[in-house]
Amino acid sequence: MEVAVENKTKTLTGAEALIQCLLAEQVDTIFGYPGGAIMPIYDALYSYREQINHILVRHEQGATHSAQGYARVSGKVGVVFATSGPGATNLITGIADAQIDSTPMVCITGQVASQLLGTDAFQETDVMGVSMPVTKWNVQITSAEEIPAAVAKAFYIARSGRPGPVVIDITKDAQFGRLDYSYERCHQIRSYVASPAVEKASIWKAADLINKAKKPMVLFGQGVILADAQQEFKDFVEKSGIPSAWTIMGLSALKDDHPLNVGMLGMHGNYGPNKMTNECDVLIAVGMRFDDRVTGDLSRYAKQAKVIHLELDPAEINKNVNADVAVLGDCKYTLPLITNAINQGNYSSWLEQFNELYQEEYKAVIKEELNPATDKPISMGEVIKLISDKTKGESVIVTDVGQHQMVAQRYYQFSKWRSNITSGGLGTMGFALPAAIGAKFGAPDRQVIAVIGDGGFQMTIQELGTIYQSGVDVKILILNNEFLGMVRQWQEMFFDRRYSFTEMINPDFQTIAKGYHIPSQKVKERTDLNAALDTFLNSEGSFLLEVMVGKENNVFPMVPSGASVSEIRLR
Amino acid sequence: MENKIELYTVSVYTENNIGLLNRISAIFQRRHVNIESISSSVSEIEGVSRWTILISVTEKQIKKIIGQIEKQVEVIKAYYHLDEDTIYQESCLFKVASDLLFEEREIQNIIKESNANIVTVNKDFFVLEKSGRKKEIETLYEELKPYGIMQFVRSGRIAVTKQPMEISKSLEAIQ
Repeated sequence: MEVAVENKTKTLTGAEALIQCLLAEQVDTIFGYPGGAIMPIYDALYSYREQINHILVRHEQGATHSAQGYARVSGKVGVVFATSGPGATNLITGIADAQIDSTPMVCITGQVASQLLGTDAFQETDVMGVSMPVTKWNVQITSAEEIPAAVAKAFYIARSGRPGPVVIDITKDAQFGRLDYSYERCHQIRSYVASPAVEKASIWKAADLINKAKKPMVLFGQGVILADAQQEFKDFVEKSGIPSAWTIMGLSALKDDHPLNVGMLGMHGNYGPNKMTNECDVLIAVGMRFDDRVTGDLSRYAKQAKVIHLELDPAEINKNVNADVAVLGDCKYTLPLITNAINQGNYSSWLEQFNELYQEEYKAVIKEELNPATDKPISMGEVIKLISDKTKGESVIVTDVGQHQMVAQRYYQFSKWRSNITSGGLGTMGFALPAAIGAKFGAPDRQVIAVIGDGGFQMTIQELGTIYQSGVDVKILILNNEFLGMVRQWQEMFFDRRYSFTEMINPDFQTIAKGYHIPSQKVKERTDLNAALDTFLNSEGSFLLEVMVGKENNVFPMVPSGASVSEIRLR
Repeated sequence: MENKIELYTVSVYTENNIGLLNRISAIFQRRHVNIESISSSVSEIEGVSRWTILISVTEKQIKKIIGQIEKQVEVIKAYYHLDEDTIYQESCLFKVASDLLFEEREIQNIIKESNANIVTVNKDFFVLEKSGRKKEIETLYEELKPYGIMQFVRSGRIAVTKQPMEISKSLEAIQ
């Protein structure tokens, strides 16, 4: 460490300089996969094995999702290494996921030597062109001298403002080349406004609307988490007394059992918050972007309400829902300003209406989902509920995409911050297993549980090898319904039960786990579930638990695609 | 009003970096908006490029597009204007056979009346340059067409605004 983070000038190769830059940015974990065009960087990394923990994944997509999981639990920038060509193109899904879910990530890809650029050289891909639409910023480096400034800029861009993924594509000759190394962290780029200035007038207007509201409602998203504004948000909610509902990316920003947390928004969200969106008089959106899965039909979305939008990214204002008051800026700063300017609020009768709708939902959906009749197959909900109780809601839950994702988010009672790791915007099947690996490296003291369907598991199943080799402790729960369940549910509801290519004939997951030396268990009967979950949660090291759940269970409530949030169905 | 499709001149000030053309044009492509013309050059500020992009969209769309353009890290500022708020020009070149210049008197009249300039003349061809509004260029094209145009090329629109751009001031504030 002696010279690692100092700004000493000395002659290094580009590859060594890159590692020095990463140390200067306090990078301690990298997820990657070597190959021809990034070999000089891997060679330089070899000398720093003590300072930097490199996790060898089994596919470059896994590296990106691991970096995402790492970034989401820790708030730090996830770092990925990959080689040129296929190595780089394999990153694209994870980069797109990080872009749409605003995850800070720096991907460093090797590139063919600069004199070979554009010659269709072996493993050459136009990484700049391919990654451009899914990155916050990308840059190609063709000489060693450019490396420090580019890395500094990359980390600044990735983590500041609305975070996102950045790609640095470094030609092999730039890695071999030499430079006089010095490193200066980047704090400003003239063409880039990380956080827009707060307009005081917007604070007063927002406070005024809130103070006059009779039936206000708060919608919160990942912006609260990205801004590290958990306390500021809680203070605002508690002083205002306003019922607050979350998007799936906002989940765990406010404890699930908080009396003002009224649940989940959107397609498979709770009955109350969806219905009340079209009843409230003031809608306060905090760090969320009115995704179509949250809003349903926009022409029938909260038309009666005045909308206050607290948002960091000016491009989100009026993008989907027009804001009557736009409060631009980092909500870590804007929330306390509003909290100070509002009166203590109490909306008990309005809150009671949410509770009544919850009771309706409980009777129609939740009761049966959490306590199915003894002759019914195991439900996903009862498994999640048991895990939630047994872990006191304190685990990091990493979900894949589909029915199990919605169920986990609905029924796990999160009591800790930065605990819900999922692929929200992109809906990337295969996300959970590698993301859980990254989450464990990002939060080694916490229990990390990956909840995955049988379909998604097989999209990145090879990362079991990463678990085995790195020895990381990840609990893997497979909720197996032998279907691509969410698609099957849509086929059942909207396509006359024509189950077109959604039934899965699966391998024996226990045999596969055994091949990777990961202990496992399979549960088919409810009577075995409780004990199996204890074994699963208390196992030392990784464990795979496969639970056979109802093949044709559906997730409800549901706002059908294209419907209004008021048309949410309980069955 | 917000849903009426109109022709907008988009002016974008950016850093002069490789790849930015892709990033900017992708914003239009992703939203299925056709770019009618695009031109890039240096601007009044040293080291800063200026783009002039012509698109036909609604005001609602243009506002969102400007937001997305400004969101790009290397974009300094983007503006949108209607025709009446800008002074704009296009430029074009015609290559025409030289014998026509001497044999067809009418061509000489057309050149005179259109305020076009003869850039070069040799024994085989002459080149005519004309700057102006799109309509003027189209008129000249139609007039010359019957005589035979060997080559024709027209630039995209370039435009300055009637109102001052606040860009220099905002750049000063950053530095």
